[in-house]
Amino acid sequence: MKLSRVGAIARYTVLEAWRNRLIAIVLMTMAALFLLSVFARELAVTESTRLQTALLASALRLASVFLVGLYILNGLTREFNDKVVELILSLDLPRPAYLLGKFGGFALIAAGVAAIATIPLLLLAPPSRALLWGCSLGLELLIVAAVSVFCITTFTQLLSAAAFVAAFYLLARSITAIQLMSSSSLVAGGGLGQKAGEWLADGMAFLLPRLDTFTQTSWLLDGASAVAMDGALVQSVLYVALLLAAAIFDLYRKNF
Amino acid sequence: MRERPVAAVPAPLIWVLAAILCGQLGLKALEPRPVARAADLPPAPPGITLKLLDLGEPIGVAQLLSLYLQAFDTQPGVSIPFKDLDYARIQDWLDRVLELDPQGQYPMLMGSQVYSQVPDTARQRMILEWTYRRFLGDPERRWRWMAHAAIMAKHRLDDLPLALRYAQELSRHASGASVPHWAKQMHIFLLEDMGEIETAKVLLGGLLASGSITDSHEAHFLTERLNALQKSAEKSSKPSESQLR
Repeated sequence: MKLSRVGAIARYTVLEAWRNRLIAIVLMTMAALFLLSVFARELAVTESTRLQTALLASALRLASVFLVGLYILNGLTREFNDKVVELILSLDLPRPAYLLGKFGGFALIAAGVAAIATIPLLLLAPPSRALLWGCSLGLELLIVAAVSVFCITTFTQLLSAAAFVAAFYLLARSITAIQLMSSSSLVAGGGLGQKAGEWLADGMAFLLPRLDTFTQTSWLLDGASAVAMDGALVQSVLYVALLLAAAIFDLYRKNF
Repeated sequence: MRERPVAAVPAPLIWVLAAILCGQLGLKALEPRPVARAADLPPAPPGITLKLLDLGEPIGVAQLLSLYLQAFDTQPGVSIPFKDLDYARIQDWLDRVLELDPQGQYPMLMGSQVYSQVPDTARQRMILEWTYRRFLGDPERRWRWMAHAAIMAKHRLDDLPLALRYAQELSRHASGASVPHWAKQMHIFLLEDMGEIETAKVLLGGLLASGSITDSHEAHFLTERLNALQKSAEKSSKPSESQLR
């Protein structure tokens, strides 16, 4: 597999995003959220900067995930529907090269979105904290990008893929709370239903990254050491590799 | 569209996929299971935030919040001592749940029956006062938690005046038909316990004369109590032989 071909696909993926005005949309969204946070700050009676930072950070995180996920799902669905994938694969290009190239481009886009989302926070929080938050958001967006690529390769339908990505993200953000809730009961012993719920939650926790430990607003407000990023980095690398391998597996099995 | 067989996938890819999956499972196996710590209980989200997030489903969100809060004190094998919990935060969380679902009884039960078990008098008083304040919001539905608070004040705190205050408030505000008589009469027996026999006698006599007691067994029991009170009052008013001497 020639890396230049992978690089070419990645480059054109980024170019496509640029021409589709994704970056302009991201910039406008971030600016709108910043203005909204300024409005909220004006309403606050006390701790106005803390309130603005917290609201802005959580909104930026959600908006980034939404924009990146939807852009990838929409772009890849179109390529499948317009037979662009078949056209590309009819060339002298292995299937993994196409997928890795696409993901490479999406990874660059995710990094760009994370960088843009960090800029407003640099105005509100110390730069080291904002950068740590931004790096973590970048890793989170990489996972979202990999999930989106995997889902479209597997389902090829926008609706089912989008539903899966949304469910994955919500579960990954709340799996710790679900685990805690499933194993706590005021009723002594706990019935079979509770046990089953506990096993299900534990089983899901094995397969999901704990995104609630990523990109925490408290890092901006109360500080965090870079150690907090170590676990996120290992988990991201492993999970992205797993999803890409699964997506390539599915792509190999597709009969065009 | 028929899929190609698994054999069409290069074997190295299958091995790589299996290896990464094992890596993921291994990483998760090494990760400690999440355990709630008292220090982790964050401040309750503002009511307006929850209103925005509930998307028209406040009761569902209220139930989720209840379970989330509950997860902070009851973990299998590692029950967090209530004394480690920040009771001001707990009250905020319970308030949020009640705001979202005012008819729900879960937070009232948690407050009056669960969090009141803390082995710390100040925290007990704090949560009982919370129960009292929230009882005033809907006395006809929340009377049972107020009654429990009065019992807690009497037996746990040994604070009869506080128990009496709670029982009197219960009697004053929860007067509907759904509230049983024993709850409405609780303050009378507390007065008796405090030695205020005359006051208890007057209240009990008034209650019987009002005709609001329709159950014959209950009327009989209360009449017996009134007679006992009268005997007790007579006994205490008569000077004893030793005093006469």
